[in-house]
Amino acid sequence: MTPFSTLTSIAVPLIRDNVDTDAIIPSREMKTVGKRGLADGLFAGWRYTAVGGRVPEPGFVLNDPAYAGAAILLGGANFGCGSSREHAAWALAEYGFRAVIAQSFNPIFRGNCVRNGIVPIACNAQAFADAPQPLTIDLPVQTVTDAAGHATSFAIDDEAKAMLVGGLDAIALTLRHRDAIAAFRQADAVRRPWAYR
Amino acid sequence: MGRTLFEKIWNRHLVKDLGAGTGLVLIDRVLLHERTGGVALESLAEAGHPVASPGQVFATMDHIVDTRPGRTDRTIMPTGTAFITATRDAALAAGITLFDLGDPRQGIVHVIAPELAIVLPGLTLVCPDSHTCSQGALGALAWGIGSSEAEHALATTTLRVTRPRTMRITIEGVLGAGVTAKDLALHLLARFGASGAKGHIVEYAGSAVRALDIEARLTLCNMATEFGAFSAIIAPDETVLAYLQGRPFAPTGAMWARAVADWATLVSDADAVFDTEHAVDAGDVRPMVTWGTSPQQAVPLGQPVPDFAQVSGRDTAEAHARALDYMGLTVGDAIVGAPIDAAFIGSCTNARLSDLRRAAAILKGRRVAAGVRAICVPGSGAVKAAAEAEGLDRVFLDAGFEWREPGCSMCFFAGGESFGADERVITSTNRNFESRQGPGTRSHLASPETVAASAIAGRIAAPGDLS
Repeated sequence: MTPFSTLTSIAVPLIRDNVDTDAIIPSREMKTVGKRGLADGLFAGWRYTAVGGRVPEPGFVLNDPAYAGAAILLGGANFGCGSSREHAAWALAEYGFRAVIAQSFNPIFRGNCVRNGIVPIACNAQAFADAPQPLTIDLPVQTVTDAAGHATSFAIDDEAKAMLVGGLDAIALTLRHRDAIAAFRQADAVRRPWAYR
Repeated sequence: MGRTLFEKIWNRHLVKDLGAGTGLVLIDRVLLHERTGGVALESLAEAGHPVASPGQVFATMDHIVDTRPGRTDRTIMPTGTAFITATRDAALAAGITLFDLGDPRQGIVHVIAPELAIVLPGLTLVCPDSHTCSQGALGALAWGIGSSEAEHALATTTLRVTRPRTMRITIEGVLGAGVTAKDLALHLLARFGASGAKGHIVEYAGSAVRALDIEARLTLCNMATEFGAFSAIIAPDETVLAYLQGRPFAPTGAMWARAVADWATLVSDADAVFDTEHAVDAGDVRPMVTWGTSPQQAVPLGQPVPDFAQVSGRDTAEAHARALDYMGLTVGDAIVGAPIDAAFIGSCTNARLSDLRRAAAILKGRRVAAGVRAICVPGSGAVKAAAEAEGLDRVFLDAGFEWREPGCSMCFFAGGESFGADERVITSTNRNFESRQGPGTRSHLASPETVAASAIAGRIAAPGDLS
């Protein structure tokens, strides 16, 4: 995973509450057994004029040329609710998003973002939609700064921050505790044998 | 200070405190399905990580498979077969237990895991599916994860978890006649909102919860993800023990006795402190139906579409207007009486035997209204067989319902099937999102009883409305 330090980009405002993962990537757009080939299906239901089609819906914000190349997405409350499909994070990452700023996140979606190099920033996104662009996200110091130099701090848990900043592979990190896990399981299997098979 | 049920399970699974509220948590069961199971297992194999404990991993086919009678590996969705065969091949290679097509145990993951006693009280159980919270009904700490986390659990038998906050919702009193666990779940969503339990593990407690049978508890816990929760859990009691004993993967003999003694400790202490507490009177709950595109947009059957002022605590003006536009409704419209195009009974929310029995009791001797497509998809092979042994399939078929093979089906796009644009569907499922059940499809969530009654009436109807 690519380490995340700072990012400067314009931000696309999609400030709606309860944007669900079916909207981010509809089931019908998850066509292959794999993590790629999903960017075209991102927000397909809103982005194209017809089901399965690829003619851009001119009213949808991602199709506005002013936002071409944007790597920051702005959302509303409970962003990424619904299905746990990681395809939503894969599609966002493949499209080029590296950060989502939203009022709040669904917990599974938030975790999926972190594991795919997308920084989830929980704060009022409307202020950033109205701010001078581009925005600069500095993850190590946890600030979003607009083009006028106005900086806003945000909170992110240490685990997510370490993963994103280091571009760490969680499995490799955990396997450093391989011996502790094995010892724990051995003792636990005596305490709770019915849990093992 | 006393500990909550969640804290007790968390503590005994905590391999290592990783600091800053994150723990390395032992995982007892990993469940997979063919939409993400094949990807996760293939990706793991490519990275050179073996499945660390294949005996504790189970896979089923539910998310992609066709549910039409006579099904094969083929689906309407052209690439569906690839998901099925990739999962089958990867499961076999990894040595994990697979409930494949044709296996009588196959079914929706959250229906079969309780049926087979794969989930047990006090276990940690994860699945790359948001509705894994259903299984908290058995007193397990069960939650939905993404594919990357599934890979992590498979490779390490652990997950790195940020400890959730605790919430208890105590529901006292008695649910009224005809009021179901589904109505209770929708009542809670309407009252507290779709992010009302954000960041929390929700313990459902109180006399009304204890009075629910296991299938009803599964329905209640199922919709915790719609609530923004980490998961939901109910303390295991005699009802849980009676349900689990003798099921295929339940411990037996002396091991059962030992497990039961251990499970007796799985209760929140009287002096345990929760981060958030809510009290709900079961007598306030009415049969519910959704009018919008979020499960929080629900009202008691008989009430009209609310105006913005009534829902402004939860919906923004934009969300309220968007939902009305999408659903083809205006403020003040009666929801009861709205003509429907289809009725669907199925999903991990409401496709268990008791759900089908209650729906069949309404359908018996009646016919689905002309022009309404009605579909019933039993949640598992076991549910289907039990229903057929009671003759419920005849009741559904005679009424004009399709009677399907088990799977997720048209809750979303499983099998590549969906409803049409602008079609109004009354559905026993869990999500009324825009285009969830088909591009442009208008979904109204309700109990199986309400779905059955509406199918007969040809319009949204309460069971009591039928002549």
